[in-house]
Amino acid sequence: MSLLDTLRFTLATVAGQRLRAGLTLLAMAIGVAAVVVLTALGEGARRFVIDEFAALGTHLLIVLPGRSETVGAAPPLLAETPRDLTLDDAMALLQSPHVSRIAPISLGAAEVSFGARSREVTIVGTTAEFLEIRHLHVGLGQFLPPGRSRVASSVAVIGPKVREEMFGMASPLGEWIRVGDRRFRVVGTLGSGGESIGLDLDELVLIPVVAAQALFDTSSLFRVMVEADSRLAVPLARADIRRILRQRHDGEDDVTVIAQDAVLSTFDRVVRALTLGVAGIAGISLFVAGILVMNVMLISVAERTAEIGLLKALGSPPRQILSLFLWEAALLSLAGAVVGLAIGQLGVAILSRIYPALPFRTPTWAIGSAIGTALVCGLAFGVLPARRAAQLDPVIALAGR
Amino acid sequence: MIELHRLTRTFVVGESEVRALREVSLTIGDGEYLAIMGPSGSGKSTLLHLLGLLDRPTSGSFRLDGVEVATLDERERARIRREKVGFVFQFFHLVPRMTAAQNVELPLVLAGVPPADRRRRVAAALEGFGIADRADHRPDELSGGQRQRVAIARATLHRPTLLLADEPTGNLDRATGAEVIEILEHLCDAGLTLIVVTHDPEVGARARRILRLVDGSVVEDRLTGTA
Repeated sequence: MSLLDTLRFTLATVAGQRLRAGLTLLAMAIGVAAVVVLTALGEGARRFVIDEFAALGTHLLIVLPGRSETVGAAPPLLAETPRDLTLDDAMALLQSPHVSRIAPISLGAAEVSFGARSREVTIVGTTAEFLEIRHLHVGLGQFLPPGRSRVASSVAVIGPKVREEMFGMASPLGEWIRVGDRRFRVVGTLGSGGESIGLDLDELVLIPVVAAQALFDTSSLFRVMVEADSRLAVPLARADIRRILRQRHDGEDDVTVIAQDAVLSTFDRVVRALTLGVAGIAGISLFVAGILVMNVMLISVAERTAEIGLLKALGSPPRQILSLFLWEAALLSLAGAVVGLAIGQLGVAILSRIYPALPFRTPTWAIGSAIGTALVCGLAFGVLPARRAAQLDPVIALAGR
Repeated sequence: MIELHRLTRTFVVGESEVRALREVSLTIGDGEYLAIMGPSGSGKSTLLHLLGLLDRPTSGSFRLDGVEVATLDERERARIRREKVGFVFQFFHLVPRMTAAQNVELPLVLAGVPPADRRRRVAAALEGFGIADRADHRPDELSGGQRQRVAIARATLHRPTLLLADEPTGNLDRATGAEVIEILEHLCDAGLTLIVVTHDPEVGARARRILRLVDGSVVEDRLTGTA
C-alpha cells in the first residue's frame, strides 16, 4: 500500500468522525499553543534582560575591592582586611593596552539641599568617562569636566528627579546646592535614562570622585568600571587588571573583577531554566492530549471492528493495519500541532501588541519540541489501539463482535 | 486444488470445548462448484473460514495448491488471501463511507496496485457487473442486489482462484438472490473455484457438488448431476 493511499485512506477515516477528531485535535492544539505562548513569554523576558545589559556595554569590566575566591590559606589567619582600591589604582589600569576607558566610582548617601528644600540622595563620585561607559545622556548643561580626575572641583550633575524636586520648573544651571557639608555648583542634569541595573539614575547627584572621597572621608573606591577595547579584549583586559593591581598591592590578589558577560550569563541561565520549567508544565497538557488521542483511537477501533475484519479478509497483513491506525494517530496529532502553532503565534502577536517593550518570540527549540512531543505522545498513545486492531481475530471481527 | 485431511476445529467456550468441525477430510478440485449445506451450528461457516484462511484448524492438515497453509505465519496467510481468495458475505461488508467504486478498489489499494491500473480495472469491473452508473454512490444509496454486486466485484477484481460465498443470498429477495447466484456461477464457468455456504435448498441444488454437515461432520458428499 503506497504512502499516498495510506494517507488518503486515513484522511477519509478521520473525516468520517469529525466531531471526535476535532475535539482531540483541539486538545492537542491547546497544548501546543500553551507551549508556544509560555516559552515566548520566557524568551521575551530573557531577551529583555539581555538587551538591558547590552545597553550597558558588553565589554565592561567591574573591579571591586576584596577577593571573592577562596585560596588555600591556613585556617586561623583569615582576618586580613582587604586593601583599599584607590584612585591611583584605578588610574594605573590605563597602562593596559586593552583598556580604553575607566571610571572610578565612590558611592555614598548625603543630604542635598537647595534653599529650604532638602532630601537624602545617593551621591556618585566619578569622572567624565562615566557618561560614556554607562551610555548616559546629558539633559541640560554639561557633564563633569573631562581630564580633571584628580581635581576636587565643586561641580555637580543632578538626576532629573532631584532637579524636579529641588528646582521645580526653574533652571538649575549655575545654582549652588549643598551636599553634606560642602557646596557644589550645578553644571548639568542627566537625561531621563530610566533605571539602569542597580541604580535609579533619576535620583542621583554626580560629583567629581575626589570631591566625593573628601565628602565621605575615605580614600577607597566603591568600584572601578573599566571598558575594554573590544569584546574580544575582555579576557586580556581582565588579566592586565589583575596583574597591575597585584603589583600595586604587594603581590596580593585582593580585588574581584567581574565581567559584564558573567552577570549576563547568570541571568541568561536563570531565565532559561524558568522558561524550560514553564514549557515543561505546558508539556503536561500535551501528554493529556495524547491520552485523548488514545481514547478516540480505541473508540475508532471498536466501531470499525467489522471493517478491520474485512481488511483482513481482503489480505491486509497485521503490519498494514497497525500502520493505518498509527497514521491516523499521527495525523490527528500533527493537525493538532499545526493548529496549536497557529493559535500560539496569534497569542504571541497579541501579547506583543499589549506589551510592545518585551521582545516576544517563540524559540525554535520550543516549536520543534512542541510538535515533536505532540507527535510522540499521539503515536505512543496510538500504539495500543493500533495493536489491538492489528491483532483482532478476523472471524470475530467480521462478525462485528 | 484444496486438500483437507482430518481437519478439526475446537472452540473453548468457558469451561467446555465445542468441536465445530470433526476430522473433515475432503478434496476440492480447481473450478469446482460446491455448496456446503447443513443446519445452523453444523460447522458450515467454520469450514468456510478455514478454507479462506481466516481461521486456523486445531488439528489436521490443509494443503492449498500443494502448500500446507495451516501452519503458515499471519503475514504469509494474508498474502495468500490477497492473491488467491475472494470473499462474498451475507451482509456485504461494504465500507459505509466509501463509494461503490472505492469499495471495489479497496483490495487493489491494499495490494499497492498503481492508481491508473486500479481505475481501469475498477471501471471494467463495475461495467461487467452492471453497476457502472452507481459507481459514485455510497452503500446506503444502493439496493441489496447492487450492494452484493459491488461486493462480488470487490471479491474478484484481484483475480482470485477461490471464491468463498457465505450465505450470499441470505439478505436478498428471491429474484435478486437468483441474479446474484447466476453471476457467481458465471464466474465459476470462467474457471474460478466457487464454494457457497447456504441453507437454502434451492441455492444448494444448483451446485454441482453438495457437502452436507451435521454437528461438524460430513454426512453427505455427492455430485448433483447439474451441468
